Amino acid sequence: MKLITAIIKPFKLDDVKSALEAYGITGMTVSEASGFGRQRGHTEVYRGAEYTVDLVPKVRLEVLVDSKEADAVIDTIVKAASTGSIGDGKVWSTPVDSIVRVRTGERGVDAI
Amino acid sequence: MHFDTGDTAWILVAAALVLLMTPGLAFFYGGMVRGKNVLGMLAQNYVTMGIVSVLWITGVYSLAFSGKGKFIGDFHQFGLNHIWQQATGFESLTIPPLVFCAFQLMFAIITPALITGASADRLKFGSWAVFTGIWLVIVYAPIAHWVFSPSGWLYKLGALDFAGGTVVHANAGAAALALILVIGKRRGWPKERMRPHNLPFVLLGAGLLWFGWFGFNAGSALGANTLSAFAFVNTNTATGAALLGWLITEKFRDGHATTLGAASGAVAGLVAITPACGFVSPMGSIAIGFAAGIICCLATGLKNIFKFDDALDVVGVHLVGGVLGALLIGFFGTKVVNGAGANGFFYNGGWTLLGHEAVAVGATVGYSFVVTYLLALILHKTIGLRVNEDAEYAGLDLSQHAESAYENLTYSSTSSLTGLTGVQK
Repeated sequence: MKLITAIIKPFKLDDVKSALEAYGITGMTVSEASGFGRQRGHTEVYRGAEYTVDLVPKVRLEVLVDSKEADAVIDTIVKAASTGSIGDGKVWSTPVDSIVRVRTGERGVDAI
Repeated sequence: MHFDTGDTAWILVAAALVLLMTPGLAFFYGGMVRGKNVLGMLAQNYVTMGIVSVLWITGVYSLAFSGKGKFIGDFHQFGLNHIWQQATGFESLTIPPLVFCAFQLMFAIITPALITGASADRLKFGSWAVFTGIWLVIVYAPIAHWVFSPSGWLYKLGALDFAGGTVVHANAGAAALALILVIGKRRGWPKERMRPHNLPFVLLGAGLLWFGWFGFNAGSALGANTLSAFAFVNTNTATGAALLGWLITEKFRDGHATTLGAASGAVAGLVAITPACGFVSPMGSIAIGFAAGIICCLATGLKNIFKFDDALDVVGVHLVGGVLGALLIGFFGTKVVNGAGANGFFYNGGWTLLGHEAVAVGATVGYSFVVTYLLALILHKTIGLRVNEDAEYAGLDLSQHAESAYENLTYSSTSSLTGLTGVQK
């Protein structure tokens, strides 16, 4: 089992979510995040005082999948999240030891 | 005494309008501070409404407006005793003395409230309350007497101040400078930049100030007549011109015209036209407003040069704007608008009026600065004016009031979480 984590542009969330649903993913977790990569931040000015805002708002999306589906899911996210410009984000996967569905107590792949 | 119902009705409404300016100011300032200090700012302004409302009626009105003293009033109308008598020199007013007293009360509320912008984010709540009460008696009452009361020495000299450019704005600005020189900078300033947490609040507050200011300025005619109409139109015109002046200055200097600049420019215009609104023509008010927009915008940079932490630019806007407006009467004053006024330099009046205005400005600013500095110093050494380091980092909302304005403060209250670093141009 794998945890797929994707950091994407906030406005691409709907596209990615739709693509994952179309693929057959049945659940995900989405949270607001901020950070920087090669894109860096932007500048704001208040009464002539200039502020550099380093961290850019992003969306973090997490999906648990069966290991054999990981590559296909990553491809789906990358395809849907891509704009081709700087700041599109990153996707990675991490191995997961165990998963439990809280309501039923099911474990492993059945709990996904 | 003859009372005019129209005049009386208008001044009652004007007094209510001026009261609304202080909550407006609280939001104007509250939006500019960080999210962990917004309640602290609102609370300082609201407690000022409480303290001044009680003290004014109890005795400060009498000290400011009763009697024939040149420098201070007397105790004749303490506790609103003899309130059926008009204030000295106001015998021909067509409104009941109590209405005049209520109207002047609202000016006394907003004047100390203006100071809170400079000392934002670092005052102990209780100490501010003590400071306000004493300041009202030893700084506001004498200056209001000098300028507004016909017995006062600046009034007798011929210095013109229609609605309080010196008494309210230059006075509050000078006091703000004195206070922040005593208490020092916010921790982290200027290295850590402190971004306004809610610009919509700032714009909402500026709108309330603009609205309430019609009561402040047009109400200062103390009647519903042509003079109040001139004050009303001049106020609006100068404010519009100042807003444009500030935005144009920003566009050329920083590359963008900002919403904060629009709100700041409007307030700068309101400040500058305050002393002049009943003495200049609407064309003159455009010049005064436009000058205020440009000069106050540039003046907000002074704190970075001289390294005083005037958090929300009370010096740059109220001291500079108030002084500018008072001095410009010396150029634009015309008796065509107000027979009780005087002609300035542009109306063949020579330099006399400008001289009188300069004396009023110098006396007000000098007295306010020195006395406020001493008062702040004494309080700072005794009860302490500043919150401690932990309280300052936690924010005034939590440390002074055991409350918080927002559930999630990560984006608004701390710069580290947003990666905010500041570079001053």
